[in-house]
Order: sequence, then structure tokens, then C-alpha cells
Amino acid sequence: MKAEFNEQELLKGLASNDTRVIEIIYKENFNMVQSFILNNNGTYDDARDIFQEAMIALYEKAKSESFVLTSKISTYVYSICRRLWLKRLQQMGRFVQQIDGFEETVQVEDDLEIHEKRNAEFAIMERALNSLGEPCKSLLEGYYLKKLDMQELAKSFGYTNADNAKNQKYKCLTRLKKLFFAQYNIGE
Amino acid sequence: MEDILLIQAIERYLDGTMLPAEKAYFEQLRKNTPEIDQMVVEHSMFLAQMDAFADRQQFKQALHQSHQKLMEKGEINEGSAIHTKGKIIMLWNRYKKVTSIAASVAGAIAIITSAMFAYFSPAVNVSQLQQLSKDIEVIKRNQQVQGSLINEVKSKLPENARLISGGTGFLIDTKGYLVTNAHVLRGSGAIVVNNKGQEFTASIVNIDPAIDLAILKINDKDYQPLKFLPYSIAKKSGDLGEEIFTLGYPRNEIVYTQGYLSAKTGFDGDTLSTQIQMNSNPGNSGGPVLNKKGEVIGILSTRQTHADGITFAIKSKNIYSLVNHLNNNDSEKNSTKIKLPLKSYIANNNREEQVKKMEDCVFLVKAYNN
Repeated sequence: MKAEFNEQELLKGLASNDTRVIEIIYKENFNMVQSFILNNNGTYDDARDIFQEAMIALYEKAKSESFVLTSKISTYVYSICRRLWLKRLQQMGRFVQQIDGFEETVQVEDDLEIHEKRNAEFAIMERALNSLGEPCKSLLEGYYLKKLDMQELAKSFGYTNADNAKNQKYKCLTRLKKLFFAQYNIGE
Repeated sequence: MEDILLIQAIERYLDGTMLPAEKAYFEQLRKNTPEIDQMVVEHSMFLAQMDAFADRQQFKQALHQSHQKLMEKGEINEGSAIHTKGKIIMLWNRYKKVTSIAASVAGAIAIITSAMFAYFSPAVNVSQLQQLSKDIEVIKRNQQVQGSLINEVKSKLPENARLISGGTGFLIDTKGYLVTNAHVLRGSGAIVVNNKGQEFTASIVNIDPAIDLAILKINDKDYQPLKFLPYSIAKKSGDLGEEIFTLGYPRNEIVYTQGYLSAKTGFDGDTLSTQIQMNSNPGNSGGPVLNKKGEVIGILSTRQTHADGITFAIKSKNIYSLVNHLNNNDSEKNSTKIKLPLKSYIANNNREEQVKKMEDCVFLVKAYNN
């Protein structure tokens, strides 16, 4: 490992969204994953997609309370990518006989299942937000996602005062909740 | 209005900005009214979900930035394949003038050369001249090809969107409702392209990964609704040995394939689908499977990997259940109900005519992420 950080510190940094750490992990693992995917019928786009998905899975794992990583970061990331890529190939209906790559792997199925469930939830949220329409979407994004101040938001949207904007925001939120739970409960 | 006040109170309660007395009152209210208690739980869960969502978006952004940064530093390398599109546009924009000047100079030189050639060697006959006009045409064609490339790039995809998968979809209602496979729509949005290459924006109306079906709605002002659909959606699943065919987009162009129904159940005895013998390719997913009477009996969805030509189609009656579910659930909203076509108008036509009439109803579906 690099002298600067050990693995535990890296994971801690990742969990706290430290850009410097993200970059280090990115740099150390991306090329390995990219060559694996390119060697197995993938494109540069696929490689980036799969790798970033694995980074998100690692990030979420690092943030969870019950977090223990029993392998090296690189082994974990590689295992996730391998699994994701196999799945993607199968979905595309390609013939998958032997997938090349000799790196050591660890069991990641459970983690991936959790990750995919979360992905599905986020997809529902994204769809709900997208079908909300403007200005609801931007208003809610501004307040809840970007955490902007209500005063500022009211001004930038052209509401006469923060209270009116706030009222509007609650109306939008109620609609979003309805949309979200309608989908979410089907998924259960 | 009351609801809003309640949510307002809940939100203040959750982020701890209530005054002590008010808080005590609210907690008492929670204890006594299970509905309010439920609302508080639901709301705090929803807020947590929103927070997680925000967090995920931020992290994605950070990953994207790291990627860009490392690319700039040359720590990672993506060859050149990935940037070709962007580069072509850039190069074209930069050298548009130069290219056209070069082309006309080339044309002029070609004319002058052959004119000189004709002048200095009078023995040569007229066919040489014809050759010349062809040459100019070639130059013109080349330019057109470049032009069409640009048109292709300037599509209805939102900016920054990346295509992640493609498949086929077909109309089930002339108002612009399409059916496709759920697995085709892996991204956050989709556009559909007709057999003439015209693009339309579409939104996902309903998606059910369990039966692997989804309904899209074209909401694009450029879309001209058809008068009627030539085919019908069958409620029965067809007989063994029945001859069938499909239209789909394994390439960017519509492709016809035929085969026969080979088993009444799908992979591993799956009763939602049927097995058909037909060569299919990635991109065929979501295409209609029709019998010779022009009735849709299935939606092409998957194929077996280690066997040749074994393809599976989801039975068309699943479209009915999906649509009924949607029609019933959406009754409160103003959305119009989907009416499935019940009569095939192409039962007595021969295959070429059937295909010709259907082409306009089968679309290329492109899913993207942004």
C-alpha cells in the first residue's frame, strides 16, 4: 500500500466523502477493472459504468454501521465489477462461457443484493421527481437535496415571500410522497 | 390545507425546531392518534430516503469529477473510442469551412483536370465525362454522409445523457402507448425512434420487472397518431407449431425474422412465457411476436445462451393484465385509458403486406442515463 494512507483510513475517508481519498481509490483500481472489462467484450463506456457502480457499492458499504471489509479494497472492487459485468453480459444475451481474469475474488452476492435494492429505490425516487414537473422538481431539489435556504429559494424562484414558497414546497412534497409510495409499495 | 399544516408540524417536530410545550402537545397527539403517528413515521422514512438520494447524487458527482481529473492528468486512459462522437462534432465545427472549400477545390480540380484531359486527348470519348460527374457525386455524397452524422448526434437525448441499452417496442394504442421489456429500460429515461429514423421523447408509464414488461408513452408534439393499429393483441397464447414472425431493431434498422412456436412454456417451465424457435439478437427484446393472422401472441424477451435459436416470448395476455391494472389504478387521474386493439386488419394479407403495414408501429427504444 501507499505510504500516505492505509486501507482503513482510506475507507474512513471514503465514508466521509473525502474527494482526495475518492481520487486515490479511483486511481489505484480503475485501470485493473478497465482492462478486465475490455478483455471481456466490453467498451470504455462499460468499464466506466461498471467501475463507478462498484465504487458506489463500496461507498455505501463503508458508510453502513455493520461495516467490515474482510479483504483488500482492490479485491472487493474487482469482485463486484466481475459479478456486475457477468450479469450485464447475461442480460445482453451474449454467450458467456468463460470470463477471463485471474485475480482473487471474494463473495459479494449479499452486498450486491442490498446495493441493487437501493438502486431500485433511488430509481423510483428519481422517476417520481422527474414526473413531478416544474417548478416543483427544482424547488424540492433545492430545498431537500441541495439544502438551500428557503429565503434564497423564494427569491430565485420569484415568490413574494418565503412563506408562500414554503407552502408551495409542502404541496409539492405531498405530491412527491404520493408518487413515491405508489411505486415503492408495488415493489415491496 | 390541513394536511399541509400537519406536514409542516411533523417536519418541525422531526428537525427539532418545536418549542418544548408545543413538542409535548404534539407527542401527546401522536400517542392518541395512530394516524398521525403513522404519518410521522412515514415522513421521517421519506426524509431519510431523500437524504440518501441526495447523498448518492453527490457521490456520483464526485466520482465523475475524479474521473475527469484523472483523465486530464493522464493517470487513466480511455483510448480514443469514447470521445469519437464529441471529436467529430468538434472537428466538423472547426473545419466546416475548410472542408467545404477543400471539397469544392477538389471538385474544381477534378473538372479542370478532366477538361484538360479531354482537351489534350480528343480521342477519348464521352464516357470519360460521365465518369467525372460520378466523381463529383461521390464528393457530394461524402459531404452528405458527414451531414447526416451531425444530424444523428443532434438528437432528442437530453444533454449529458448516456445511452445504456436499446431494444424494440410496439404500439398498443394509437395515442402513443408502447409496450417493451422492462429490462430494456435500465436507465432513467427513454426515447423511441420510428422506422424512418425520427425520434420521439417518451416517458415510462408503468414498469413491472416481475413480468418484465413496461409501458411507455410518447409525449412529443412531433408524434402523429396513426388512424388505427393493423394488428390485434391476442388473449390466447397460440398453438404448437404455429408459424410466427417478429419485427425488431437488432441494428439501427428494422429487421424481420420468422420462426415457429416450439413450446407452451418458457425457460424452465415458466408459464408467463412461451418458447419459440427463431434466431434473435440483442435489440430484438420487446418486439411483437405475431401469428400469421396478424395477432400479437407475445413479446420477444430473452434467449437461451447455450442453445441455438431458442428464444422466449412473454405471453401477450400479460399486456392485458398490465393495462387493466393501470386503467383501474389511474382512474382518479385525468389520464386517458389505454384501449388495446382487438381486431387484426391484416389477417388476409400476405406477409410482405403485413410487414409493410406494421412497420410504422414498431419502434426502436433507446434508454439513457443522465
